[in-house]
Amino acid sequence: MAMIQSLLAQGFQMMLVLAVAPLVIGIIRKVKARLSRRIGPSIFQPYRDLIRLARKDTVVAHNASWLFLVAPYIVFAAIWVAAALVPTYALGLIFSWSADIIVIVGLLALARFFLALAGLDVGTAFGGIGTSREMMISSLAEPAMLMIVFTLSLLAQSTQLSSIAHYMMTADVGLRVSCGLALLGLVMVTIAENGRVPVDNPATHLELTMVHEAMILEYSGRHLALIELAAALKLTLYLSMLTCVFLPWGIALNGAKLPVLGLGVLIYLIKITVASAVLAAFEVTVAKMRVFRVVDFLNFALMLGLLATLLLFVSRSI
Amino acid sequence: MLGQSFPFDMAHMLAGGMVTVSFMLLFQDRLIALIWFLALHALALALALAWQAHRQAADDLYVAAALALVVKAILIPMGLRWLVRHLQIERTVEAVVGVGMAMLFGIGLVALSVMVMLPAATHSPLMWEDLSFALAVVMLGLLIMITRRNAMAQIIGLLSVDNGVTLAVVGIRGMPLVIDLGVACLLVAAMVVFAIYFKHIHQRFDSVDVHVLDRFRGEES
Repeated sequence: MAMIQSLLAQGFQMMLVLAVAPLVIGIIRKVKARLSRRIGPSIFQPYRDLIRLARKDTVVAHNASWLFLVAPYIVFAAIWVAAALVPTYALGLIFSWSADIIVIVGLLALARFFLALAGLDVGTAFGGIGTSREMMISSLAEPAMLMIVFTLSLLAQSTQLSSIAHYMMTADVGLRVSCGLALLGLVMVTIAENGRVPVDNPATHLELTMVHEAMILEYSGRHLALIELAAALKLTLYLSMLTCVFLPWGIALNGAKLPVLGLGVLIYLIKITVASAVLAAFEVTVAKMRVFRVVDFLNFALMLGLLATLLLFVSRSI
Repeated sequence: MLGQSFPFDMAHMLAGGMVTVSFMLLFQDRLIALIWFLALHALALALALAWQAHRQAADDLYVAAALALVVKAILIPMGLRWLVRHLQIERTVEAVVGVGMAMLFGIGLVALSVMVMLPAATHSPLMWEDLSFALAVVMLGLLIMITRRNAMAQIIGLLSVDNGVTLAVVGIRGMPLVIDLGVACLLVAAMVVFAIYFKHIHQRFDSVDVHVLDRFRGEES
């Protein structure tokens, strides 16, 4: 019985992130539109877009190999599994014990690898450019991400996200500059990995500087719908990770009763809405960087991670 | 949320914040933003001093904090801003080494200062933490001076070195107030000298890049 309950809770979490993901994109677009004095589409527009894409025929380039056809499914599956491992409304769900934060980074890298292969597969110029840029950005973002993971796991003595979040809720965290640095670094990695504004512009479809859009330019129909959904899921995953590590309050503890879980869902929805709105407000205030400057941006994130670890080393010995 | 070690955590956070702002000074390549970060650096210093004054109930540290706030966080940045506007040099600062390389050096220097101050840890961990952060800020200030060619950015590096030295005062008890007062007066006087010096270089060479001076002396072809 307990097994079924925990499986249900896990299943609910997987459905929850899947249901919330397009909404996150919708909220970001709406807030950005309102801040630039436009009405903007409804926050449910991404759902409609996905349904429309799923109904449409898929057009595949005639020199595309089997890889091009399976890549969307692999990308979506890898990201969905990763999203199932991040605590959203409750800690210690059954899957979260099977893999830690490094596995999540690995799953995201797997998804990126297949998307890059698919970008190269058809052999168009845009696909190649997008892929090479994505690889450059990710090769810089991943060390930064891992440095931040090391900081957090040194602090919490665990690489499990559930344990880290639980540690963050207890009193002995105190006030640490390392946490602030890790937060800043993780926000920067989130922006870079999801192709948000200073690094890449998700709203443009034909621009020489596009990265993510360039890789998926050849996709259409249900394949495109899957990739779009996967991208939304990835953003939701990162926002959930940020909120569960740095704002864990209100998350349901291990083995909580049903009303507490309900409250946890409500608080999670509020947190994710606020996080999306803040991200949108940030995006409105900055201009897109040149591709060459992304290197400096991500080096800074890496440096923040290194510095956080170093400062932790000083404070821990006390 | 706040544990037993809150007083220490607060001091740690302010000093660590100063180290972080030093890195931002190293990273930033626009003059006006650089001046803003210098003001932030001094603000963190003033808060660190005030916090230490509160903890030790030492009145002279309050005076030092007020001095840091007024002179270093408000007057000097305002003066520098005026100078930048006046000379019309609100342009990019070119770094000699790439930013990534400078960052790596910076991290190395922070690690080095933590290691160098390790003997102090046996004495008192608090002192170790204070002194290693202060040394890190000093080292980073020197690194800023080395990596920049623009005279204005070098002065900003020098001022951040001074902030680091003042931070070290926090860890050492019984530093006389007279010294701090003297240093503050000296800084204001130095600012006037810098201003005149910049004005002359700028008038003569139409730039504040110090490499122009080397070329003028014939040391570099």
